Amino acid sequence: MKLHTISINNLKRRKAKMAFLTIGLMVGIATIVSLVTLTRSMSSDIEKKMDEFGANILITPSSNALSMNYGGISLGGVAFDQREILEKDLAQIKTIANHMNVSAVAPKVLGGVKVGNHDVMLVGVNFDSELKMKQWWQIFGEAPKADNELLIGSDASKILNVGPGDSVNIKGEEFKVSGVLDQTGSQDDALVFVALKKAQQMLGKEGRITLAEVAALCSGCPIGDMVTQIAEKLPDAKVSAVQQVVEGRLKTLDQFKRFSYAIAGVVVFIGSLVVFVTMMGSVNERTVEIGVFRAIGFRKSHIMRIILLEAALVSILAGVLGYAVGMGGAGLALPFMAESRSAHLVWDATIAFGSVGLALALGLLASLYPAQHASRMDPTEALRAL
Amino acid sequence: MAMIEISGLKKNYTSGEGTVEALRGLDISIEAGEFITIMGQSGSGKSTLLSVLGGMNHPSSGEVEMDGVKLYLLNGEKLADFRAQKLGFVFQSFHLIPYLTAIENVMLPLAIVAMKSDAKKEAARRALERVGLGAKLDRLPNQLSGGEQERVAIARAIVNNPQILLADEPTGNLDSKTSEDVMTLFRELNDAGQTVVMVTHNPDNGRYADRTITLRDGMVVQ
Repeated sequence: MKLHTISINNLKRRKAKMAFLTIGLMVGIATIVSLVTLTRSMSSDIEKKMDEFGANILITPSSNALSMNYGGISLGGVAFDQREILEKDLAQIKTIANHMNVSAVAPKVLGGVKVGNHDVMLVGVNFDSELKMKQWWQIFGEAPKADNELLIGSDASKILNVGPGDSVNIKGEEFKVSGVLDQTGSQDDALVFVALKKAQQMLGKEGRITLAEVAALCSGCPIGDMVTQIAEKLPDAKVSAVQQVVEGRLKTLDQFKRFSYAIAGVVVFIGSLVVFVTMMGSVNERTVEIGVFRAIGFRKSHIMRIILLEAALVSILAGVLGYAVGMGGAGLALPFMAESRSAHLVWDATIAFGSVGLALALGLLASLYPAQHASRMDPTEALRAL
Repeated sequence: MAMIEISGLKKNYTSGEGTVEALRGLDISIEAGEFITIMGQSGSGKSTLLSVLGGMNHPSSGEVEMDGVKLYLLNGEKLADFRAQKLGFVFQSFHLIPYLTAIENVMLPLAIVAMKSDAKKEAARRALERVGLGAKLDRLPNQLSGGEQERVAIARAIVNNPQILLADEPTGNLDSKTSEDVMTLFRELNDAGQTVVMVTHNPDNGRYADRTITLRDGMVVQ
C-alpha cells in the first residue's frame, strides 16, 4: 500500500467521472494535435510544390529599361546602360550564406534565329538543371543529350512542322529534334531549346547568359535573404523573387494557422475548466475520505500527492488518446483541405511528446487548486460528518 | 505520569447566534492502559472533546498533553505525524474507503510509513486476524456486514500499534449482539495494553470500561 494505490484505486472506482475528465482534456489535446498537424502538413505540401514548380529567384541583367509588356503583349522597350551576366559569375551563388538552400541554378541564353521561314526564339539551357527545375515538363521523345540535338516547344513543333527524330537547320547547322514538349500553357511552348554552350556559340554570346533561374529548397528557406545575398555577389545583375503566388498561399495558411491556434486555445481552456470543475467536484465529494486520511495522520503533502497523481494519470491518458484521435482526425481531414493529392500527414515526435506534456501540464495546473483545497480541509469535517 | 493530561480545556464556537461554549474548562487525567468511556447527551461536548484529543480541533484555551507532548504546540504537519504514530481512530460510521479492500483499508495508515510492502501486508493481515476477519481480507466494504466493517475500522486503528485508541460511538450503528462483540474486542485490546478513550451514548458500554467520564453542557459532572 502506497499513496499511488489510493489514486489508482480511486480512478478505477470512479470510471464514469474519470472517463468524463479524460474526454474533456482529450478533446482539447486532439484539437490542438489535429490543427497543428493539418497546418504543418499543408505547409509541407505547399513547400514541396514550391520545390517542384521551378524557380523562385530570377537573375537578369541590370538595366535602366522599363518593361513595356502587359498581359503577354510586348511593345518592346527602351534599354540603356544594359549590363551582362557572365556565366562564370554564377559560381558566386554557391558561396552565399544560404547556399545549402540552393537546389538548382539554370542559366539561359536567348536569341532570335530563323528556322526555315519562321523566326523563333532559341534558348540555350543546361538540360540537367532545366529538367530538374521543370519537373512538370513532359517530353515526347527524349531530352537532348548531344550538342546537335534540340528540344522543341509544342507550338513551335506545330508551326515548324517537325517532330521527334526530324532534322532542323539553324544557321547552317543540322540539329536533330530529340523531343517535343507537351503543351505547358507557358512561353516554353513557343521556344526551341538547345545546349547552352551551343546556343552561346551560335548567338555569338560565349561565356555570357541572358538570365538565370534559381530554385531554392523552400522548407524554411529565407527567400528574401537569399535574394539579398545573391544581389551582393552579382552587383551587375537584378535579382528578384518570383514567389508571389506561393507566398500568398503561405500567407493564407499562416492566417489559418493563427485561427487554428486560437480555436485550439479556446478548446484547451474549456478542457482545463472541465478538469478543474471535475477535480473540484471530486474533492468535495471526498470530503469525509480526505478527513479520514488527515485523521489517521496523512500530511497535507500526502493529500496533494494523491490528488495530483490522479490528475497526472488521467492527463497522460488524455494526452496519448488526444494525440491518437488528433492524428486520426487530421488524417481524415487532410484530403479535403490540401489541394495536392500527394499531401501526406507530417508525423512529428515533438507533437507526440508535446501533446502528452501539454495534457500533463494542463491537468496538473487545473488540479493544483483542488489539490490544495483538499489538503487544507479541516480534518474535523470527518468527525463532524458522524 | 498520566498518558493524557487535559487542563483548563475550553472550546468555543462562534455562530450567527453568538458564541457557543462546547467545553467549559475541563481537567481530565487518563493513565496509560486505562479504558475510558465518555458519556453524555447530544450537545454535551463528547465529540468535541474527542476531536480535541485527536489533535484535530484547536482548543480556545487550555492544554492537552499526550505522552509528554503538548499537542497544540505542534504545527499542523507535526500534529499529523503525531496522529500517525500515537493515535488510532475508530469512527461511528466506520468511514472505510469504499474502493479499497478490507486489507487495503487496514493498510491505509501504513501508506505513509517507510516499510516494505510485504511487511505492511503482514501487519494488516495480523490486525484483521486479531479482530476475527482473517478470512475476508479481499472483500470491499460493501461486501461486509456492519459489524464486519466496524471490525475493519478497528483493525485500521490498531495496525500501527498506536498507544491511544480514540473511538467515537463505535457501536452506534450496530445491533446489540454485534455491539457486545465489538465492546469485547475493545476490552481485549485494552487488556493487551492499549489506552482506549471511547465516546458513547450507550450506558451498557460503560461496564467494559475502567472508568466513565460524564459530560453535561461542556463540563465534567462525574
